[in-house]
Amino acid sequence: MLEPTKTVDVEKVRGDFPILRRTFDGKRLVYLDNAATTQKPKAVIDSLVDYYSRYNANIHRGVHQLSIEATEAHEAARKKVARFLNAGSHREVVFTRGTTESINLVRFAWGPAAVKEGDVVLLTLMEHHSNIVPWQQLAKERGARIEYVPLTPDGRLDMGEFERLLGLSPALVAFTQCSNVLGTINDAERLCSMARSAGAVTVVDGAQSAPHMAVDVRRIGCDFFAVSGHKMLGPTGIGALYGRRELLDSMGPFQTGGDMIKEVHVDGARWNDVPYKFEAGTTNIADAVGFGAAIDYLASVGMDRVRRHEVELLRYSFEKLSAIPALTVYGPADPESRGGVISFNLADIHPHDMASILDAEGVAIRSGHHCAQPLMDHLGVPGTSRASFYIYNSYDDVDAFIAALLKAKKVFSV
Amino acid sequence: MSSDFYRELILDYYRNPRNFGKLDPHDIDAKDLNPLCGDEVEMQVKVSPDKDKIEEIRFVGKGCAISQASASMLTELAKGKPLEWVRSLSRDDITKMLGTSDLGPARIKCAMLSVKVLKTGVYGYLGDKYDEPE
Ligand SMILES: Cc1ncc(COP(=O)(O)O)c(C=O)c1O
Repeated sequence: MLEPTKTVDVEKVRGDFPILRRTFDGKRLVYLDNAATTQKPKAVIDSLVDYYSRYNANIHRGVHQLSIEATEAHEAARKKVARFLNAGSHREVVFTRGTTESINLVRFAWGPAAVKEGDVVLLTLMEHHSNIVPWQQLAKERGARIEYVPLTPDGRLDMGEFERLLGLSPALVAFTQCSNVLGTINDAERLCSMARSAGAVTVVDGAQSAPHMAVDVRRIGCDFFAVSGHKMLGPTGIGALYGRRELLDSMGPFQTGGDMIKEVHVDGARWNDVPYKFEAGTTNIADAVGFGAAIDYLASVGMDRVRRHEVELLRYSFEKLSAIPALTVYGPADPESRGGVISFNLADIHPHDMASILDAEGVAIRSGHHCAQPLMDHLGVPGTSRASFYIYNSYDDVDAFIAALLKAKKVFSV
Repeated sequence: MSSDFYRELILDYYRNPRNFGKLDPHDIDAKDLNPLCGDEVEMQVKVSPDKDKIEEIRFVGKGCAISQASASMLTELAKGKPLEWVRSLSRDDITKMLGTSDLGPARIKCAMLSVKVLKTGVYGYLGDKYDEPE
């Protein structure tokens, strides 16, 4: 029996996810790789089928009925994202391929004009490569310099160092709201307020926070906020960038071509209004609609309940994990200050060997550097194994995970 | 997939790798890593005076049990063999060497990393270029 937590009726939720009915050699799927990508509820899958079956058309310029319906569904999805993040207006939401493209949009459309030679770009040691490499490239191009906020031993940002580094008057402060490795939830509101006082523009990587907790970009007070649809029940290939209106208005385009223009003549072009200025070419219409359906689903559960559910699973997991000797769990120990991500190493078992043994038990986790090599270097490990939760995970899943972990321990005789 | 391939043998070579370390002097030095996993293997070979055999071979590396055990066992297998023998090394040879048959597509890359490194080095020494087959 799946035991429902106090907050989410897991059994009911599980029924909405067709893939969770799969079995492997008679073992049910225990999916604990949600930080990489989440599974999709039937409502999202149906929304894609419905789009392609009933009203597929190119958007914006069509006068025929299908195009009108497709445009309306696409723009309705944008409004759902705007409401979900509490943006000031749907015009502050640009559809992208995901977090990576959202950050690259800022790097290319905002970066070159805003970052000058000798400027400082401030990142943290817990960033995903997608919030590091674009800035390294920008810094190289502009002759700017990158600084990293170091971490405390329990995997939080060193706030004293953050304050000191703000003294360098960075042009940009970019950080993740929730670490995909440590689970650490950063106080985005406080970080943005401090960064703003130091005159910096802020980019918040919301890839791991928006799917798992209520997010309010205006309360956070960030300039940009990036999310991926596929990490929050939506399809792959769609995500969004929230940008503060004045900034978006003042920026040049990202990619150029069709749809992002007001008018084009042989001697030049004028850009479209935001957000369309940043959406060149035919966009990913179907998946934007699916993203909207995912947000509807999450809203029906309630983001506060999603968060409580994961905190309960974390608490339960930590209790069980603390009984296993030779196990190292990374990141803050208090479930209330971290997301539902558990990175660990067990004795000399390499993360890939760990993941293989868990896989054989039907437990899907991820292993490796999790696109956070600077963090791995900081932790002094080549990689970690990582289990990550979502709304369809139950105490049973945690039990299966622990049992598989003990199996690995036995195979390796540690 | 089953995890039966974690036999004693593999764990033994993982924990007590034979021929681990650098080889000086050497005639061949090749290194590669698997960007997906971060597995790393470097092999150094001393070629026989008549330039046709692997006289000595050692490796260094880090990574999962499969990649490191495979590298270590391969050094034992390769020692004394003609350079041309390296060309014929196949996936089957490696699974046989590891004493396993069920490494699935995700892990076979770990096992084959050492082959890739050895082939790259030996082909280079012979004036060829090694391209990994699909
Ligand atoms: C914290 C964080 N940032 C960014 C990304 C990149 O997201 P995507 O691959 O969807 O662009 C991920 C996902 O792997 C992530 O966990």
